[in-house]
Amino acid sequence: MSVAEAAETTAVEVVDLATTPLRELNQRLHDLAGGADGPRRWRILTPNGAHAVACGIDAELDVVIEGHVGYYCAGMNQLATVRVHGNAGPGLAENITSGTVVVDGNASQSAGATGRGGLLVVHGDAAARCGISMKGVDIVVRGSVGHLSGFMAQTGRLVVCGDAGEALGDSIYEARVYVRGEVSELGADCVEKDLRAEHRAELAELLLQAGIDDLEPSDFRRYGSARRLYNFHVDNAY
Amino acid sequence: MATMDTHDPWSLRESYLYDRTVIAEIQRAAREGIYDIRGFGAKRRVPHFDDLLFLGASISRYPLEGYRERCDTDVTLGTRFAKKPLELKIPVTIAGMSFGALSAPAKEALGRGASEVGTSTTTGDGGMTPEEREHSKILVYQVLPSRYGMNPDDLRKADAIEIVVGQGAKPGGGGMLLGHKISDRVAEMRNLPRGIDQRSASRHPDWTGPDDLEIKIGELREITDWEKPVFVKIGATRTYYDVQLAVKAGADAIVLDGMQGGTAATQDVFIEHVGIPTLPAVRIASDALQELGLHRQVQLIVSGGIRTGADVAKALALGADAVSIGTAALIAMGDNSPELEEEYAKIGSAAGFYDDWQAGRDPAGISTQDEELAARFDPLLGGRRIANYLRVLTLEAQTLARACGKSHVHNLEPEDLVALTVEAAAMARVPLAGTSWIPGVDNQS
Repeated sequence: MSVAEAAETTAVEVVDLATTPLRELNQRLHDLAGGADGPRRWRILTPNGAHAVACGIDAELDVVIEGHVGYYCAGMNQLATVRVHGNAGPGLAENITSGTVVVDGNASQSAGATGRGGLLVVHGDAAARCGISMKGVDIVVRGSVGHLSGFMAQTGRLVVCGDAGEALGDSIYEARVYVRGEVSELGADCVEKDLRAEHRAELAELLLQAGIDDLEPSDFRRYGSARRLYNFHVDNAY
Repeated sequence: MATMDTHDPWSLRESYLYDRTVIAEIQRAAREGIYDIRGFGAKRRVPHFDDLLFLGASISRYPLEGYRERCDTDVTLGTRFAKKPLELKIPVTIAGMSFGALSAPAKEALGRGASEVGTSTTTGDGGMTPEEREHSKILVYQVLPSRYGMNPDDLRKADAIEIVVGQGAKPGGGGMLLGHKISDRVAEMRNLPRGIDQRSASRHPDWTGPDDLEIKIGELREITDWEKPVFVKIGATRTYYDVQLAVKAGADAIVLDGMQGGTAATQDVFIEHVGIPTLPAVRIASDALQELGLHRQVQLIVSGGIRTGADVAKALALGADAVSIGTAALIAMGDNSPELEEEYAKIGSAAGFYDDWQAGRDPAGISTQDEELAARFDPLLGGRRIANYLRVLTLEAQTLARACGKSHVHNLEPEDLVALTVEAAAMARVPLAGTSWIPGVDNQS
């Protein structure tokens, strides 16, 4: 690697949204798809609650956002690592396909909605519908989650280190939900299941990936589908 | 009156309230303990385009010459914000129908046929298949509440994006694909186990109201670099408000599906009892756009019971920019064909009545995931039939437009129409034939 190439690899591209239009930022991030030349490390200043910041990235970038973001931050993320040093609005990392999204603060509703892969970490709390219709993403929430989290969750793992609100895992399919604290109420067709050794092992791995090293996997409980609603039967209707 | 030993069939009186279909349904419900789920669309009679007639040119207007004088049919969709609007040669598109509901060869045929005549086709709940993309020159990618098969790679491959809020057969309801149609491939695309009933959500997972929708549309535009038109599809209910809110949210085009719109699998009670007919819906939507000063700038695509070129022309005259076909496209490809009469009889149905598209046993190989049945369907022939049918719809619409003196099908207008019934006159807001009376409209002489 030449000195110039090394400099490009380590240099941080700084974009201030106070002076740069969001459209310009996202276009520059998108232009790096497919291994195109350009900065791999980005620092975004003054997001000021803007929506759709760093959405639609399809490249192995490291993006740090210094402040709070609005709706759909890192939406449909592929390959990139996006870190938010602040709070995030609704639809954080919606439909994430791969890569990692980390939020230091809290996330509003529908965090990780329909995510198909990758990892989402929320170090604060996540509001209602966290992991709704998730399709393979792994979500780790250090705090608590709101009502209807894991609604119609299909596959993937949702780890809640705090408490979970009402109707957890309502109409859940094959996703696995782990909760360390209290569950207000389980949703339709969601039941508690045994926490076996393989579950403790995958929990330990997920906590490690999320950078959480002070919790014991055996303190969690596991929830999943009773599979009574998989094929309609009138006696099982709610 | 019948006697004990003489049976006079003329003395048997069927109840209007409890006719044979009602009796059969009550007994089926009691036997099976589940609501009736079926395909097709509403079967009840509702006011429709058949209740309208064109006023051909005469002395006060002059017509254009048969098939010789020019009558254009092109339409551009997505001119409001998108960098790359869709340029269609005809104002008839193929409506969203999923791989899952339809077989892969059937989806391929829709793409082939639409591409041959220069129009678009649309994905459905379940995502985009490579075959569909390959054979569809212009492909609209649906973003549905379930987000089955939704991924950013396919989003970027699409030519337009359609956010589905609802459909005419079930406004307020989610999709369903019953377990017997969930093959390994369908299951994999939807990230669900094989063989289970797949219930699609009725609400989007990451937005709820019109203000959220505006932000969602903004995100999709950002992800696709503002290239692709964004349509918003609604089932016809509170059409005036829904159209205005969709426009406010930033839609490039509105896709409006009347209650007659087809479905692959929906509860019969939903199909027949929710939503308003296409006829009033198109006029309400057109009026809503005109009030905003955005008619023809935000395009209106209307579906739900489009069968003939007359339906196309009447929808356009009432203000649509284009129409979509679904049920008629399946019929054009061979659904309900009399050639399959024996096959239909084996599964308890008949040609002309078959509506069990949810069951996956379609002898035509269209609404099935059974490999053997699907293999019966020839996508080349099916594509040819779609192209033929689309050409006929267009020719018929042109014929009517020329008769009204129009050099483009979009020049048709409500003034070219009269109604045959009081109901249709009120709904379409055109005069009852032979009168100047439009029920519900003041100041008519």
